[in-house]
Amino acid sequence: MSGANDAAALALEVRGLSFAYAGRPALDDVSLAVAAGEFVVLLGPNGAGKTTLFSLVTRLHDRRRGEIRIGGFDVRRQSVQAHGHIGVVFQQPTLDLDLSVMQNLAYHGALHGMGRREAKARALAQLERVGLHDQRRTRVRRLSGGQRRRVEIARGLMHEPRLLLLDEPTVGLDIASRRELVAHAHRLCTEAGVAVLWATHLIDEVRPDDRVVVLHRGRLLADERAQSLPARLGVDTLGEAFDLLIEKQEAACE
Amino acid sequence: MRVMPWLHCLRGVVGRELLRFLHQRSRFLAALVRPLVWLFVFAAGFRMALGVAMTEPYQTYILYEVYIVPGLVGMIQLFNGMQSSLSMVYDREMGSMRVLLVSPFPRWYLLVCKLLASTLVSVVQVYVFLAIAWAYGIQAPVMGYLYLLPALLVTGFMVGALGLLLSSFIRQLENFAGVMNFVIFPMFFLSSALYPLWRIREGSYLVYQVAALNPFTHAVEMIRFAMYERFNADAVMISVAVAVVLLALAILGYNPSRGMMARKGGGD
Repeated sequence: MSGANDAAALALEVRGLSFAYAGRPALDDVSLAVAAGEFVVLLGPNGAGKTTLFSLVTRLHDRRRGEIRIGGFDVRRQSVQAHGHIGVVFQQPTLDLDLSVMQNLAYHGALHGMGRREAKARALAQLERVGLHDQRRTRVRRLSGGQRRRVEIARGLMHEPRLLLLDEPTVGLDIASRRELVAHAHRLCTEAGVAVLWATHLIDEVRPDDRVVVLHRGRLLADERAQSLPARLGVDTLGEAFDLLIEKQEAACE
Repeated sequence: MRVMPWLHCLRGVVGRELLRFLHQRSRFLAALVRPLVWLFVFAAGFRMALGVAMTEPYQTYILYEVYIVPGLVGMIQLFNGMQSSLSMVYDREMGSMRVLLVSPFPRWYLLVCKLLASTLVSVVQVYVFLAIAWAYGIQAPVMGYLYLLPALLVTGFMVGALGLLLSSFIRQLENFAGVMNFVIFPMFFLSSALYPLWRIREGSYLVYQVAALNPFTHAVEMIRFAMYERFNADAVMISVAVAVVLLALAILGYNPSRGMMARKGGGD
């Protein structure tokens, strides 16, 4: 398979992706590429199609037009390899509240075909990285929102994916936890070479040198560095640039 | 293909289900109280009204309580299967089902693991119930409890797959009351769980015909015969066939490219 398994293969490649919910288009001809170790912010208001895009990449929904490749592997035809290469932090919390941190991670390890010992070693390494090593025996119910998110990130990285998808991971977190989570995700890119696709509707989570992909009503409106976008559109801040793009799109739709 | 990762996956899914079960004591208690009420209250009350003449596989005349136990075993599995399959649908929307489905293993395998896990939970419930019944004096041959195990696995898959299928196709069944009224009660009452088929026939030929067609009847008879060290070939064949067909349909129904999820999702 050309490109597959090649270190130079894109972590995520989406080409001409369209999808509709009951006839209503949710994604319209979306193309997007994320290189290894790259941090990309998928910015869009609620209902823009961010979660739909993630659902298609993770194959929760499947009936769509277009192509999706993860690490060079086609999501449909080589789903085993493709899925082995992605980690996901969903918008809704998905940890088992009554189980301990370790039990949750061990479950994930098993779902990826790891033996007990291997799963434990990998889980401990990831917990160390997110600073929750001491909490490994704690029931998830007792953790704060920020800690739970970090456990989910640790879980998403246990099988060493090339691509980490985070769907509005900071929802419901306080400012300090949010900042820490953003910083952590950036460290993953630079230190571990993981590609991160970070979906959010919060402008203040974007750093000047992040690549920003703006999605609204299922269409890609921009794809460039956060710092160059305002200048191109003739406004001062990213916030204004974002508002302008959305307004234009709204006007075009009406 | 390496086998170990598949086994690890199975162990993970089953282990999690059992752990969750241990944590949900109220669910366990409810699963146990329900058949015990039937046994101690309903069956004891009917003992006078309903003698059961000698019928297969029993060697002697039996008390009504003895007759009803295999049916109650089926009921435990029916409730458990419906409950866990419904929770899979809720989960699908909001949580752990997503975690399960992003696993790289094929979807059919993940669903089979999940159904096996919930079946094993029901097996635990059944044996605890049978232990209490034993203490109460309803005792089958010792080997019968061993022969029972495969019958429980088949029944567990059958009702679990049915629940999954229903929940994939019928949106309105998402609350449990609906499932009780339209699935569990008809399946349970229109079967040989409470009365032998010949007895139902005396009452109403129509009800008898429905009960004879009800796969749950055959599951209960398979359980009943196994408990008394007998092999009811018809019941086993029908139960296995129904379980296999329902399982296949449930997997197809869950498949995002063909089944209900895709239709809900529209697409191209």
